[in-house]
Amino acid sequence: MDKKRRDFLKIAGVSTLAGLGGTVVADRLVSGTIPAQSRAAKEIDPGHAAGHETAAGGHEAGEEEAKSGIRYGMIIDLRKFQENPALGDKAVEACHYTHNVPDFPDKKDVIKWTWLTEYENVFTEHSHYYKDKATLSNEVLVMCNHCDNPPCVRACPTRATFKNKDGIVAMDYHRCIGCRFCMAACPYGMRSFNWRDPRAGLDMNNINREFPTRMRGVVEKCNFCAERVGLGKQPACVEACGDSKALIFGNLNDPDSEIRKVLKANYTIQRKPSLGTHPSVFYIV
Amino acid sequence: MYDSGKIITGLIIFVLFVTFPIWYNHGDAGAVPKVELPKDAKECVLPADQMRSEHMQLLNEWRDEVLRTADRSFNVEIGDKKYQKSLMNTCMQCHSSKKKFCDQCHTYASVTPYCWDCHLAPVE
Repeated sequence: MDKKRRDFLKIAGVSTLAGLGGTVVADRLVSGTIPAQSRAAKEIDPGHAAGHETAAGGHEAGEEEAKSGIRYGMIIDLRKFQENPALGDKAVEACHYTHNVPDFPDKKDVIKWTWLTEYENVFTEHSHYYKDKATLSNEVLVMCNHCDNPPCVRACPTRATFKNKDGIVAMDYHRCIGCRFCMAACPYGMRSFNWRDPRAGLDMNNINREFPTRMRGVVEKCNFCAERVGLGKQPACVEACGDSKALIFGNLNDPDSEIRKVLKANYTIQRKPSLGTHPSVFYIV
Repeated sequence: MYDSGKIITGLIIFVLFVTFPIWYNHGDAGAVPKVELPKDAKECVLPADQMRSEHMQLLNEWRDEVLRTADRSFNVEIGDKKYQKSLMNTCMQCHSSKKKFCDQCHTYASVTPYCWDCHLAPVE
């Protein structure tokens, strides 16, 4: 085919114009439709939005409108633990027995779901000058905070750890590849890694045969007793504290629940609130 | 072709040698595994032949429903009784021996499912 330079320039010019004009038209269309669509998408996804509102709601609960759905939370009343120092160990023991958490003497192998530690390790953002005797001499119960905005979930490459619709940050050990990103991401250090076969640290004749163990190479943590709560029972640690009300577990989204009433009547604090993780665990100091 | 006699004989010997496991075991599938069925239960979650071929998918479905959607309701029906979706707390309550039930076929088929790395087999 014989193409003349003149014809080529004509075609090139026309297509350039068409191209430029086309992008202008396309830009118009895009700016007109996309924001509307994304706004609509946000409105359709109430679960996500609701979760965030509730997160802020923990402290100023009174003004918040009622949330639908469930978000489990816990109050740890340190005054009760100071009155009865045996409670803490009882709660830890009950948890570790219920979930077959192994006991390794070597500190670097230790697995724990809930444990007692000094006040200054728990509330690192608070001032520790001239603390009163009770605070200094008593240890504080810690466990996974089941954050509303959990950094561990964002870090997990396999979605082995994820947030359930009842607010529990759960682990699916079948999916865990042991990369430990979640451990690095958790600002509270509430996760443990199974460096060794956990069954080596368990008395296999005295374990809870209704709950599995874990295997070497997975990360584990407190699951808010999802397996018990799902059957309508209270978490093992709460049950271990009995009627002392040292631990109160319930639905944070239900304004008539016991936990919300206690939250309303008491001043509570949370761990590292400035990080914006919105924990579901509250402390009465 | 030079040395065709040697090459062809060699090839035949080679093929026979490589296929040895096939023709040696031909027609003999070995002893069929015998599983011990529960004595006091007649029905399972699904009919036996379906359970035989699909129990692994069923267990995976149960796992995902229980763990990932937190559906722990007792909605597995056997006869008129309802059970929860659980390997340890439902299946192994009737099939009370891993060695005489699970392992029989798994060993025969040379599969090693990782269930028991974490889940607890019944005490035997």
